[in-house]
Amino acid sequence: MTGPQQEKIRQTLEDANLQLAIYAATGRLMSHRQAVVAPDVLPDYQELRTQANLVKQHALENLDHYLEQFESQVVARGGKVIYARDGGEVVEFLLDLAQKKGARLVVKSKSMTTEEIELNERLEHHGIEPVETDLGEYIVQLARERPYHIVAPALHKTRFDVADLFSQKLGVERETEIEKQTKIARSVLRQKFLAADIGISGANFLVADSGAVVVVTNEGNGRMTTTLPRVHVAIAGIEKVIPRAQDLAVFLKLLGRSATGQPLTVYTSFLAGPRREGEIDGPEEFYVVLLDNGRTRLLADRQKRQSLYCIRCGACLNHCPVYRKVGGHSYPWVYGGPIGAIITPQYLGVTHDPWLPFASSLCGACAEVCPVKIEIPKLLLALRSEVNQAQARAGQGRLERLGFRVWAWAMRHPRIYEMLGFMSSAVLGGGEGWIRRAPRLLNYGPLAAWLSQRDLPRLPARSFRQWWRARRKAGKN
Amino acid sequence: MAPASKLLQFGFMPRASVFVTCIVDQLFPRVGMAVVEVLERIGWQADFPERQTCCGQPAFNTGYRDEARTVARHFLEVFRDAEYIIVPSGSCASMIAHQYEDLFQEEPEWLELARGLGPRIWEFSKFLLEVARVEDVGARFERVVTFHDSCHGLRELGIKEGPRRLLSRVRGLSLREMDAAEECCGFGGTFSVKFPGISGGMARTKIDSIRRSGAELVVGIDASCLLQIQGALSRAGLSVGTMHLAEVLAQR
Amino acid sequence: MVARAQEGGEELMPREYILHRTRTALGRSIGQPPEAAPPARISIPEMDLEARIASLFANLEKLAGKTHRASSPADARAYVAGLIGERSAVASNAPFLRECGITDLPTVRSGFTNSEELRAVSADAEFGITSADYALADTGTLVLFSSPQEARMVSLLPPVHIAVVPREKILTGLDELLAQEPLPAGRSSSMLLITGPSRTADIEQILVRGVHGPGEIHVIVV
Repeated sequence: MTGPQQEKIRQTLEDANLQLAIYAATGRLMSHRQAVVAPDVLPDYQELRTQANLVKQHALENLDHYLEQFESQVVARGGKVIYARDGGEVVEFLLDLAQKKGARLVVKSKSMTTEEIELNERLEHHGIEPVETDLGEYIVQLARERPYHIVAPALHKTRFDVADLFSQKLGVERETEIEKQTKIARSVLRQKFLAADIGISGANFLVADSGAVVVVTNEGNGRMTTTLPRVHVAIAGIEKVIPRAQDLAVFLKLLGRSATGQPLTVYTSFLAGPRREGEIDGPEEFYVVLLDNGRTRLLADRQKRQSLYCIRCGACLNHCPVYRKVGGHSYPWVYGGPIGAIITPQYLGVTHDPWLPFASSLCGACAEVCPVKIEIPKLLLALRSEVNQAQARAGQGRLERLGFRVWAWAMRHPRIYEMLGFMSSAVLGGGEGWIRRAPRLLNYGPLAAWLSQRDLPRLPARSFRQWWRARRKAGKN
Repeated sequence: MAPASKLLQFGFMPRASVFVTCIVDQLFPRVGMAVVEVLERIGWQADFPERQTCCGQPAFNTGYRDEARTVARHFLEVFRDAEYIIVPSGSCASMIAHQYEDLFQEEPEWLELARGLGPRIWEFSKFLLEVARVEDVGARFERVVTFHDSCHGLRELGIKEGPRRLLSRVRGLSLREMDAAEECCGFGGTFSVKFPGISGGMARTKIDSIRRSGAELVVGIDASCLLQIQGALSRAGLSVGTMHLAEVLAQR
Repeated sequence: MVARAQEGGEELMPREYILHRTRTALGRSIGQPPEAAPPARISIPEMDLEARIASLFANLEKLAGKTHRASSPADARAYVAGLIGERSAVASNAPFLRECGITDLPTVRSGFTNSEELRAVSADAEFGITSADYALADTGTLVLFSSPQEARMVSLLPPVHIAVVPREKILTGLDELLAQEPLPAGRSSSMLLITGPSRTADIEQILVRGVHGPGEIHVIVV
């Protein structure tokens, strides 16, 4: 882990208010979810998960077909499809488009994909003003921070933080009441919606048989973004494809419930092309940008390809005891929590943040709640092994590897194993009671790490096998 | 099940092998002793293959698959002929019953051995309920306890109601559920020493929940969880103790 | 788009590059038909009309939506009149609204076909009145297709949304909707599902209504 990464984690762990905010917010999202997927409320919940997993598996295993079908449908409805290998090509397309339209102001509804390619910074660099319109995203945009959570971007901000932010950045009087803060954002953003030249959205789903983009929000900013400006651009990773509109019966049911405990989010837009003949409003131009940015590489790995099933509900974050301690900014990339832990190494390389797959107790709570049944702990284990292999090739991590080699050899030889136990007891002091501090000469490595947080029992005078042998001698076995 | 009951009919005590796990052997031998005592009390004879050491989980979870295989092969050799293998740990039982297959995908002989062994692995509470078919082991323990649901046991072996049923038959025992019973205690093997700050934080969240339950003792099926929880309780200066389910059931 | 050199030395445009990499990753060839897809899962419960109306209302009310059962089109008109009083309202061109006589209430403006005009009126109106193509009972949802009869803005810009829906349009839920409309894209450029008033909980998880979309919603079933 880098110094700043370690520092961030430490700071988060020591900030009592932040710990409370994270725990409370994720706890609330967990219980809202539980209320709407409980067996008496949604008896076919497990069946839906299985179906979602199967459909995603099918869609991805035939992705080329569905991408081509999607494209031809979009074109048939009067839209255009742009393929982008990476963020640079997305920006190139947008700048070109903005120039053609004389556009300067762009409104954006929430899209993690655009965070992934740092779209806002790149557009700003070229003189375009992108405005986030989801309230949480707007707040973190003003604060020039990354979103804290896939679904709740400003989870870490208190009303007082927001009050400071609004008064500093918007020049309004300091207001700490949440409802009034929302009204302030509403009126500022309304002006932007009405004036914007281009609306950029993400896509929760790309529907292949319809050439449609599905955008779900609770606030209405998704609708504003895709209705008012003359041009609508939807940017989505290629893995967002689902085969049929009818598959939404399963996916929409799972998405809202898993994310926020809502059977459906307030607004679900199913958008297929620009305004048609006779329709009164809607964008005049409709573009869908299909982004690769490494997804084809993930696709090639049969075991880990299931990482691409993710529908970005955030349930795994809410249930992860590690996320609930370290929060969203402790993760090295824009995606945090368990999903972030498995895709970051795949996109950025296992040696980019070699510690990340190990930062989990493998409790499995994530896999239990994933609506598309991604086997997250299994993938974490696979990644751990890959990290070790990469480090071995680079000549790193020698001590640990050697330690495990010796340990494995000892475990094959019961007498050596016993001797090690005996030695530990002798060195640390056996008997009853608790060790609070290591003897200075031994205060290193795992022992020091353990004792920094909790006590360790002394090794009992007799191990189990010694007791068993004594019993045998006494004729009891 | 048939062989054991037939043996009982003829006055022979059925036998079960015990894999105590390395952590019980070295750090919590009382747990192993309690397992033996409870087994004998319900008419089973315990066998302890003395060459046993570890299941290999520490290496497997830390990404060292070769080293895990080395240790796993030893386990498979030691226990290859055992009819029942009782394990007082959800995580070790799950490692052997589920992960060994993954480890030996490329080695057909060991894979076959692992596959054959899998169904013979029994976490202790599951053994009592599903093999020995007893719920009441004649225990008495007048305490107020709370139960910690160990992650592997809960999510990979479906262990949730079983221990609670066993505890409900312990005379004088009162069970108070904690609100975060299913939250991970933060042990996670080498995770606990690679990320001590996070692990310690998770432990403290756990003991806060324990404190709120008002229980004087925490019971669990995994000694590794109890090591973590007890270590945190002790560091916090709390007088709440921990006990493995086997130890509670052995109380008279 | 600039063509970029690729591993084999060939230059490929982004489209060909991505599709090629996708096929290679999957071991598929150009034009290879897809495997058989798992059948779509559509599950429609049995529910009579009365039960559907009751469910629709119960689910809407859970979300702080307001509901009214109108005994007749005239009753619907009276109810709407009572809601809007003398305040400004914009209505869509839905024939049903005209049938109910809602479009000729004094402060209701409708009949717009020009988006600029409609935008200006909707931005200032206090009420937006629409009909709906369907309603979904099990989630309290309105379904609106964009058309010459229904513009998108009317249910979006004003702070209060009133929807007047004939009862036969009420379906059991999303599954039934997708069974009836398996290809929504064939019908319109936009199918919108509205489930209650606009809301957010982005600041300290405190619920606030009326963020960008209408903060108040009234559904009248006739």
